[in-house]
Parts: sequence; structure tokens; C-alpha cells
Amino acid sequence: MFQSVLFYVFAIVLLGAASGVVFSRNPVHSVMFLVLTFFQSAVLWLMAEAEFLAIVLVLVYVGAVMVLFLFVVMMLEVNIEAAKRGLTRYAPLGIGVALLMVIELVQLIWLRSQGVTGTSGFAATPEGYNNTKALGAVLYTEHVYAFEIAAVILLLAIIAAITLTMRKRPGIKVQDIAAQVAVRAKDRVRIVKMDAEKKQ
Amino acid sequence: MYDYYLIIVLAPLAAAIIAGLAGKKIGRVGAHWVTIAGVGTACVLSLLVLRNMFWGGAAAENISVYTWAVTDGLHMEVGFLVDRLTALMMCVVTFVSLMVHIYTIGYMHEDPGYQRFFSYISLFTFAMLMLVMANNFLQLFFGWEAVGLVSYLLIGFWFKRETAIFANLKAFLVNRVGDFGFILGIAGVVTFTGSLDYAEVFASADQVATQSIEIFPGMPWNAMTVICILLFIGAMGKSAQAPLHVWLPDSMEGPTPISALIHAATMVTAGIFMVARMSPLFELSTTALGFVIIIGSITAFFMGLLGIVQNDIKRVVAYSTLSQLGYMTVALGASAYSAAIFHLMTHAFFKALLFLAAGSVIIAMHHEQDIRKMGGIKKYMPITYWTALVGSLALIGFPGSSGFFSKDLLIEAVKESHWHHGTTLGDQMTYWIAYLSVLLGVFVTALYSFRMFFLVFHGEERMDAETKSHLHETPPVVTVPLIMLAIPSAIIGWFTVGPVLFGSYFGDAIVVAKSHDVIGDMSSGWHGSLGLLEHAVMTPVFWLAASGVFTAWFLYLKRPDIPATIKNKLSVAYTVLENKFYFDDLWISGFAGGGRAIGRFLWQKGDQMLIDDMLVNGTARTVGRLAGAIRQIQTGYLYTYAFAMFIGLAALLGWLIWLR
Amino acid sequence: MIGLEHYLTLAAMLFVLSIAGIVVNRRNLILLLMCIELMLLAVNFNFIAFSRYLGDETGQVFVFFILTVAAAEAAIGLAILVVLFRNRRSIAVQELNTLKG
Repeated sequence: MFQSVLFYVFAIVLLGAASGVVFSRNPVHSVMFLVLTFFQSAVLWLMAEAEFLAIVLVLVYVGAVMVLFLFVVMMLEVNIEAAKRGLTRYAPLGIGVALLMVIELVQLIWLRSQGVTGTSGFAATPEGYNNTKALGAVLYTEHVYAFEIAAVILLLAIIAAITLTMRKRPGIKVQDIAAQVAVRAKDRVRIVKMDAEKKQ
Repeated sequence: MYDYYLIIVLAPLAAAIIAGLAGKKIGRVGAHWVTIAGVGTACVLSLLVLRNMFWGGAAAENISVYTWAVTDGLHMEVGFLVDRLTALMMCVVTFVSLMVHIYTIGYMHEDPGYQRFFSYISLFTFAMLMLVMANNFLQLFFGWEAVGLVSYLLIGFWFKRETAIFANLKAFLVNRVGDFGFILGIAGVVTFTGSLDYAEVFASADQVATQSIEIFPGMPWNAMTVICILLFIGAMGKSAQAPLHVWLPDSMEGPTPISALIHAATMVTAGIFMVARMSPLFELSTTALGFVIIIGSITAFFMGLLGIVQNDIKRVVAYSTLSQLGYMTVALGASAYSAAIFHLMTHAFFKALLFLAAGSVIIAMHHEQDIRKMGGIKKYMPITYWTALVGSLALIGFPGSSGFFSKDLLIEAVKESHWHHGTTLGDQMTYWIAYLSVLLGVFVTALYSFRMFFLVFHGEERMDAETKSHLHETPPVVTVPLIMLAIPSAIIGWFTVGPVLFGSYFGDAIVVAKSHDVIGDMSSGWHGSLGLLEHAVMTPVFWLAASGVFTAWFLYLKRPDIPATIKNKLSVAYTVLENKFYFDDLWISGFAGGGRAIGRFLWQKGDQMLIDDMLVNGTARTVGRLAGAIRQIQTGYLYTYAFAMFIGLAALLGWLIWLR
Repeated sequence: MIGLEHYLTLAAMLFVLSIAGIVVNRRNLILLLMCIELMLLAVNFNFIAFSRYLGDETGQVFVFFILTVAAAEAAIGLAILVVLFRNRRSIAVQELNTLKG
């Protein structure tokens, strides 16, 4: 019972935060609402006994990705006033489609699953179950290749992000150390042979 | 004899190839020597073959030379069937061809296409020999088409003249009409007998005659009648029978030697030969014979009438050819095949002679062909005059000439034919149409022949002074063939009429049903050539011919003013004749014009409007319009695409949930 | 008791909300990226719920990889965004229609 109350509270906060992400006018607020959404999700995942992922979500998403979002939003100094336009104009259309999908999903989850699952809740986990350990056991054995590929994808993302954003600005004075080291005398000094004085 | 046959066929072909491909190398003299040698060889060997048949009593030979293909039991072969009919045709073809070759040296003297011409006429000889010597329908068809091709090439020999091109196209197209029937007939033969070989087809002819075919559902026709009429339609095209005759007068656009060789003596008789060859088939279908005799009668009489109003010397002879071909066809229809072939042979000689004589006049007149601008040429060209007289007399059947024997007996055969003895009204009507046509045709023939003869050789000299000063007899290369042809024209009837017609010369080559055997009936009353000659003056034929000559003399020599008066009095009839019974208009405006109109309709409405405009461009336009409408959706904004994606997602979900 | 259905429903609502965000939002490309993150979160909810329901860790392994790829995607997406802003001085979605033919 207590768990149910907790679930509903966190779920409502989660949905409210998500609405804030979508409908707030200030992008900085949106990012903040998104952070809140992730926190709520982490709690709900904890309740589903996915402890490792809950922690990862907070650490990686909130700690790294959302900070990145925040950083970019603030850096880009978007014109907020101009952004107001058009929000309400397309709202009915978006809400219509959203409603349609809500109806469909609810239909699917609640009406179609009658008699298949019931609402009896999750089965209890075995005694001494350790989520992190169990996850690690499959991740480094069965899914080790996928794991390696995920690492490569992250590396790729780093390289891509740097390549995309790096630029050479003209007119900036910088040292080129390699060029300094590679320099030779004849590049810099010209020896001119000439007589000491004019012949009389 | 096998080697002989091969040489007879291949010598002209080899000569044609040499003269055609190496004409420049061997020069003019080389070209005419090589072709004359080729055709001369064929002629001599043909005469040998004939002698063996005639006096040596050699049997008919049926030789298969080469099997080209066998499909589904159908043998396609090259082979020779040489019997007495073939031997006679071979001699006629090669002899006339040889004379024409020699004559051409003089006639084409100044023409730049000299070698080409010799190559063509040698090739023609080859094709014609293939036709007459065939032992199967396929080779017959090959020869049939090959002579048609050479005829086309030769009519359009002066291919820079527009009229010549028109004429050769016309000849080719009209012949296609006939050939279409012909090949359908061959297809019918194959369908019902499963063979192309003459011997096998004839052997199963009786069995074919009992079958029937439904071309239109619910109307069964006798298979043999259908086959024979289709084959005869081919003969109508090739032998210029009404209404497929229109090409022959126009073919006079070609050089005169080929008018003599192809369009008088040999090729146009291919149809006659073919029907005689197919006599075992035609004898089984009285209906087909009736068709043949009616077509022949119409041609014989009405085409003769046209000859009276023509002013072109060659066209007069051309219409006389049409008329004479009609006579032969009538004989075929009366089951007097041997009479038809006999007339074919004599006609070949005297008609070639007449054409060559006309050509001789044309040379002397510097290629003037209008007989109204000639006259009194007799004293300038004595040899031509006398040979032309022999030819004309033979044509009208003057007693004693070759034409007399053939035509007189032909008319006699029509008179005694099974149509006369038939009991039904149809038989009697057929008989009277045919008999009156050939009888009145005699008068018409005499009239136009001697009209031309008198206008050209007698009377006042109407040519201009320039031409007159150059007028003289043609060189020996022209006159020698004239004389060579005049001799058989005059006398060949004497020797051959007895054995060929009544001496059962043809033996098995021509088959006549017992009840149709008019020649057999007549042979009992046959008392030799002299006997026939004695009775000549008592027949209506003689008097009709004589009155024709007299009329011509009276109208064109004695009282030259009368024809103009008659022309004015009978202007309607004259206009009809002038326009050749409107057959040309029927074909050109009616059929060809109709075809063109249909073509134009299909082109403009069917192709341009329906296919190009509606289907091809219409499709493109529709796609364009559709794309123009759909392009509006393609805004380029991210959210539009995302939204489209979600609509698709919603639709997919909806389908999965509610519809599946 | 809180069971599979509750989690699934929550995920569905979150997903629909993010869809509405993408459709409604016309102003800011960053917001689009955030909505995509929300969507991925909704998907992750489903994976975790099913993983728990079936007692199989593979679902969570999937979530792990999705998180990884989403992080990479966010990094590259933001980099592109920066470059875009640098070139056009704007990241308003309604001004980006060069995709049109």
C-alpha cells in the first residue's frame, strides 16, 4: 500500500516535470524540468529493483548529459520572446495525435492484457539477489561484444563532437611547436658572400 | 538428265551474279556475253530435254535435290518435277529470254544501267525456271515471289522517273493482294494434306475434296473449292486478271524488252501455268472452275475494249496481253488445260514479237510512244513492218498462223465444254458469258490490233520533221530477234497443234476429269492442221476477225474523220473506257485511299491522341499534378516529418489493435 | 500492488507527452533533442518493467546500451546544434526548411 502511494506520487511528479519540459517557455527551465524527470525516473527504477541503472541514470544522465544540455542552452543565448510564437497554434493538432495514442496504448495495456497478467504486482526476487552483480555477470559474458561496440560508439561520439565544433579562427596568434622544433638554419639565415670593400 | 536440270537453272543465275556484281569489271560487252551464254546454255539444254520428251519418249522425272528443312513431318525441299508441261514451258521461257537478251543489246545500247539490266533479266530467267520446274509448293512460291521481285526491279528500272516508281510500286502492291490469296491457298493445301510435294498432294486430292471448311461459322464450304479459289487469286495477281489487272498496263513504264519478256511472254503466264499444273486439284471443284471461267471472260472481253482507246503503242499491246491472258483463263475454266498451255506458247512467241517490234519502232522514233504521232513508217522500216504484220495476224488468228490454231481451238473448246452440256441454269449462263466474251473478243482484238498497225505503219506521216529525217531501220541485233520470233509465230502452230493438243502429249502432267474432257471429245473430230484450215472460213471466228480488220481499215485509213465523230456521239462510253472502267480509281482511291484514311485515323486519333497524348503524356501529366499536390506536404520542416511519422505510428497501432 | 501495467501506463503517458512536445514545439531545436531523451526514457521504462516482470536481466542490459547510445547521440546532436547556430545564428525549428526539395 505504501509502495503504491509512493509510486503514484513519484509518477505524478514525473509527468508534471515532463509537461514542464515540453511546455515551459524558457529552455533553461526545460532542462531543469528534465533533470527533475530523470530523478523521478531513477526513484521509480529503484522501486522496480533496477538499482544499478537508477544510479547510472543519475550519474551519467543528470551528471553529464544534462549538464551538457544546460551548457549548450546557456551558451546559445536563444531569443525567448521570439520562441513564444506558434506554440499555441499547433497545440490542438499535437494534443489530438497524443490523445489518439493514449487511447491506443491504454487499450493495448489494460484491455488486451485482461486475463494474461492481472494486477498482482511483480513477483518477489530471490533471497540475496544483487542487481548490480547479476547485470555485470551477463554484461561481461554474454554481451561483451555489444559492450565493446558501445565503447567504440562513445569514442566515435567524442571524436565527432570535437571534429564538428572545432574551428580555426583566422588572425589568432598561436605557437606551432612542431614547426619551431623542425626549423633549420638555412630557413632563417641567408648568408651572402661579398667583398669587404669596394675595389678601388 | 539431273545434271542438265541443274545447269539449266544455275547457268542464268551464275550469269546474273557475274553481270550484277562484277558488271563494272567485265564491261558492257562482257556483261551481255556472259548472260547470253548463260541463257543460251539453258535454252539449248531445255530444247534437248524437250526433244527427249517428245521424240525420245522420256518419262517424267521427279527429283529431290536438297532438303532444306523438316518440321513436324513437313518436308521443305528444293526439287525438280520435269514432265512434258514443264519441258514446254522451259523451252518457251529460255527461248524468248534468249531473243530478248540479244534484242536488248540494241535497245539498251545507250543506257547507263546496261549491266544491271542484263543481270536482272538473267535473274528473271532463273526465277522463272525455278517456278516452272518446281516439284513442291514452297519452291513454286519462291519462284513466284522471285519473278515478282525482278518484275518490280525492272518496271522501276529507270528509277529516276516518277511514273516508273509509281508503276513498280503499284505492280508490287497489287501482286501482294494476289500473293496473299496464293499463300493462303498453299496453307490450305498444307492443312488438308500435310505435304508440300505435288505428287503427295495430288495423291490425296480426292480425299481433300470430301472435306469441308468453315471460314464463317455455320457456312461449311468444300475445302477443295476454297483452296482452288485462293490459289487462283494468286494467279489473278500474277496473270493480271480483272480486277487485279491494273498493274500490267502501268508496267509498260519499264524498258520494252522486259515488257516483251516478263509482262507478255513469260511471267504473266505463270498463273496460267500454275492452274494447269494444279489441274488435279481444280478438276475436283466445279465451283472453282466456274469462278475461273467468269474472271477469264470478263478480262478477255473488257480489257480488249480498252485497247481500242489507248494511244500509247505499248499500252495497246499491253491491253491485248490482258485480253489474251483472259482467253487462256477461259480455257482453264473450260477444263481445256492443254488448249490454254498451247495458246500460252503461241502467245509467248507472237506477243514477244509484237512488243519487240513496238520497241523497234520506239527506237526509230527516238522513244516516242504515241501512235498519233506516227504513221507511214512502213517504207522506212520494212523488216519491222513485215514482222509486226506477222505478229498482228497471229494475234487475230489469221488462218494458218500459230494464233489461228491456238485461238480457234480454244474457242471451239469453250463451245464444246462441259458448261455447254450442263443442265442447270448456272451452267448455261456461265457458258454463254464465256462463249460470247471469247467470240466478241475476236472482233475487238482484230479492231485494236489493226488500228494500231494501220496508225503506225500506214497512212499519213504525222511525226515531226526532225524525227522523220532520222527514221531508218533498226540494227541487226534488233531485227534478228524479230525474225527469229516471227518464224515460230507464223508456223509453229502447224507442227505442234496435232501432237500437243490431240496427241496426248501432256500425258499425266495434266489431269482432266472424264466428264470435263473437252479436248478428248474434240480429238475424235480432228483431221489434221490442213483440215482445220479448210474449215476456217466457215467459222464465225474468221468472219469476226475479218470484219474487225475491215472496220479498223475503214475507220483509220479510209475515213480517219469518223473515229472523232464516234467519240463525240458515244462520249459516255468513251469516258468510261478512257478511265479504264474506273478500276484504277477503285484501287487507288477506294482501297489504297481507304487504307490511308484508316491509317491516318489510327495515326492521329489512335496513336497521337490516344496513346501519345492520353496514355503517355497523360500519365506524365497526372503524375506531375499528383506530385504538385503532394509536394505541398513536403515542407522541409523537421516537425512535419516527425508528425508524419507519428501519424504512421498511430495508424499502425490502430491497425494492430482494432483491425487485426 | 504496483505491477507491470502501472509501469507500462506511465511509460506510455511519458511517450505521448514527448510526442506532443515534438509536434507542438516550433521554436527550439534543443527542446526537440530533450523530447527525444524523454522518449528514450519512456522506452527504458518499458524495458525495465518487463525485465523485472520476467526476472531476466537482458532487458536491463538493453537499457544500459540505450543509455550509452543516447549519450553519444546527445553529444553529437548538440555538436551539430552548435555548428548550426554558429552558421545561422538561430536554432529555431521553423526557420530550418532546407530539406525541402
